[in-house]
Amino acid sequence: MNRYPLWKYIVILVALLVGSLYTLPNFFGESPAVQISASKSIFTVDAAVQASVQEALNKAGLTPASSSLEVGHSLKVGFERTEDQLRAKELIQKTINSDLDNPSFIVALNLIPRSPTWLSNLHAYPMYLGLDLRGGVHFMLQVDMAAALTKRADSLAGDIRSQLREKNIRHSGITRDGQAIDIAFRDKETLDLAAALIKDQFAELQTVAVPQNGELKLHATLLAQAAKKIQEQALKQNITTLHNRINELGVSEPVIQQQGIDRIVVQLPGVQDTAKAKDILGRTATLEVRLVDESAEARSAELSNGLVPFGSERFNDRGGVAVVVKKQVLLTGENLTDAQPGFDNQTQEAAVHLTLDAKGARIFRDVTRENVGKRMAILLFEKGKGEVVTAPVIRSEIGGGRVQISGHMNTVEANDTALLLRAGSLAAPMEIIEERTIGPSLGAENIAKGFDSVTWGFVAVAAFMCIYYMLFGVFSSVALAINLLLLVAILSMLQATLTLPGMAAMALVLGMAIDANVLINERVREELRNGAPPQTAINNGYERAWSTILDSNVTTLIAGLALLAFGSGPVRGFAVVHCLGIMTSMFSAVFFSRGLVNLWYGHVQRLQKVSIGTVWRPSNSQASSSTDLK
Amino acid sequence: MEFFKLRRDIPFMRHALAFNAVSFITFLAAIFFLFSKGLHLSVEFTGGTLVEVHFAQSVDLDDLRARINTLGYRDVQVQNFGSTQDVLIRMPIIKGVSSGEQSTQVMDKLKEADANAVLRRSEFVGPQVGDELTIDGLKALACVVVGIMIYLAIRFEWKYAVAGIVANLHDVVIILGFFAAFQWEFSLPVLAAVLAVLGYSVNESVVIFDRIRENFKRLRKLETVSIIDNAITSTMSRTIITHGCTQLMVLSMLLFGGETLHYFALALTIGILFGIYSSVFVAAALAMWLGIKREDLIKTNAKGGDIDPNDPNSGAVV
Repeated sequence: MNRYPLWKYIVILVALLVGSLYTLPNFFGESPAVQISASKSIFTVDAAVQASVQEALNKAGLTPASSSLEVGHSLKVGFERTEDQLRAKELIQKTINSDLDNPSFIVALNLIPRSPTWLSNLHAYPMYLGLDLRGGVHFMLQVDMAAALTKRADSLAGDIRSQLREKNIRHSGITRDGQAIDIAFRDKETLDLAAALIKDQFAELQTVAVPQNGELKLHATLLAQAAKKIQEQALKQNITTLHNRINELGVSEPVIQQQGIDRIVVQLPGVQDTAKAKDILGRTATLEVRLVDESAEARSAELSNGLVPFGSERFNDRGGVAVVVKKQVLLTGENLTDAQPGFDNQTQEAAVHLTLDAKGARIFRDVTRENVGKRMAILLFEKGKGEVVTAPVIRSEIGGGRVQISGHMNTVEANDTALLLRAGSLAAPMEIIEERTIGPSLGAENIAKGFDSVTWGFVAVAAFMCIYYMLFGVFSSVALAINLLLLVAILSMLQATLTLPGMAAMALVLGMAIDANVLINERVREELRNGAPPQTAINNGYERAWSTILDSNVTTLIAGLALLAFGSGPVRGFAVVHCLGIMTSMFSAVFFSRGLVNLWYGHVQRLQKVSIGTVWRPSNSQASSSTDLK
Repeated sequence: MEFFKLRRDIPFMRHALAFNAVSFITFLAAIFFLFSKGLHLSVEFTGGTLVEVHFAQSVDLDDLRARINTLGYRDVQVQNFGSTQDVLIRMPIIKGVSSGEQSTQVMDKLKEADANAVLRRSEFVGPQVGDELTIDGLKALACVVVGIMIYLAIRFEWKYAVAGIVANLHDVVIILGFFAAFQWEFSLPVLAAVLAVLGYSVNESVVIFDRIRENFKRLRKLETVSIIDNAITSTMSRTIITHGCTQLMVLSMLLFGGETLHYFALALTIGILFGIYSSVFVAAALAMWLGIKREDLIKTNAKGGDIDPNDPNSGAVV
């Protein structure tokens, strides 16, 4: 009766094997590494980069412990010691970046798992450590959505004004009222005309006519759908902008995530300088449109680093080629409402499509009319340093505010340019509403503390179980160890982020998981006390304890799930481990420990005694006093 | 080894009134402390800035306080954290000063006192986050309570659900009462501990209720009071050993987990101790006051006589 069919043992073996395999990477630790990634998409990290890095390191007498290349993404070079890592970083920095002020590659310090390649090939990686365990900075930013909508309403108001003028529809004033636009008219006919025009040209708006103090007013509001789209775009654009800026910090694995509808979480492992990080996150870049100085002196200045003519400035483009532009600013980023990569309608060449607001469109039309055949430069200023994003030739007068830049561009470059133009500014202002810095030494201490808590707690519980329940206690302790193994394996497989509260949950879950074995062992003892033969006692003990175990796990799980649903930050880390631990404990404490017992006792014929500690019998041989009552 | 050599049932229910009185008094005391002193909420809930700094030597807190006060912040708390070399500084939210400026200014001041001061951790939480956390915490609590009540009502009967949840909610209030009375810091991990304890100690009541149902079926001649006494006595061994094991783990966290896990482990310890008490004595006694009856649980088997081994509701025996 206490025998498992073969398949159950196979299930146990497979679970153990997979569990050990995925737990294994956590034991190898991490080694210091240098991570190289491209700063712009025109550069790629490839075998050539790897070779030059290798060569430079060899020359300096540094031997990397490992070097792994993910083409198009990053190159990670691991070292044995941190000193080597720091030396290598500077060396690599100088080798592959010709201009340190404008680097083509980002060289960052990182940690890479020391586990052997065959494990990595199986996608067995160590658990991802949270910021409280590895040190770093955490920000939560709130995007001001109302401001994004107001901004949009502002530019729509401008567009409506110029459209009405173009169509010769006379109004007596356009005002923005919060996120709505009010247009006043003298008579009903013009109001109807304007309403029709808005309906036709501005799909984002809906209009209502409101008579007010004898004046006719058209009240235009953003459609809910359009507002939602604007908010989504604003959030996305802010995330893109943050990405670009953080790239510059040289952080190895930044996390930039949307949280809820209007929040962004930024985590920068390893970064300690909060002030600098915050400075970069909150920086505003500005975009400027200027004319290229086409005079002969300027041309020669471009070619030979000569004197720049008065009233002009020299800037470099992203490839490092000098361009001399006039100091007069024609347009700024404020007038640019959108920039999207795309294709030219006729030539099918890659292109960037710009959309300007009404004011921008008017200026742009005037400027292009007067400067056909000349070049116009779009500059991006960040940290007070300007860079020419693109400098296209003006082919003809461009009206209507829709501009296309094309020619000598591939799709990647078009994407890049559009991104840069958009990233010039944040779509909506952001505010830091939560910020956390954890020093690296504190992180290491937290790991040690969490690890000690789990280890000593485990040792204490296992020792007690072995003394109190003898061999059954040993089985229970082994089952508890397996529970820990499986839990760590699942966390590693899911690449869940382990935090200190997560480690606490691990300890707690072990303390709770032993409950199942206590229930079983107590029940087996009780069966023996009532005079059942050992084999039957074992069987009944397991069978009858099962429903109680299920009950107790369900109530614990209800609490765990509620924490998972409503918890945030540290509570979430706790809840994930807690819930997973309850699941694995059902497997290990019941299914696995039964397997051990079956393996040990199952084949014994006429089993006389079970090693489960003292089975105490009341001297009057009555199991329960309840039968005393008559 | 066997700790529990009990020859006859302990007449717990004879003292039910005393047990309930004890828990009622503790409950009132907890409420009193909650209202008179209030919880010492962490920065996560209140919003504000927290800076933890490590110094090379022990430092004089009054000196640090004086230095920080020159910055003109109000209600700044400076205290030791774990050792005399570690200092924790808390500042409320100040309008117009960004979080970064605040922690940098403080660090500059501290570096004047000791150039080797190292920033170990800093935290800034805006006011909007704190309110949200409180609401989310209450939602989670409500969810756990409702979820467990529904589960108990399905598994047993509404009287058991009410008895179980009242007993365990009073645990929660008592944990909070301790935190208020001693002004221990109530942080997010502590909240997690409180909710985890709620789920954990309810299963204690479940085990006893299971046994009560079992006894109703098995021992048909006994009165309700004796049935409850027998159920508590026969599950006692398991109760103590299980909680003892969990407490061993928690103790290990208390000893080795350091400052960060200190209050988390403390909340669990109180929760486990009062969890045993309340689910064993309070829940069972409440169920008795509410008038649980044999007929409530065993309707289908009333005619059948013997226990149906395939009955999914037959429950477990420990």
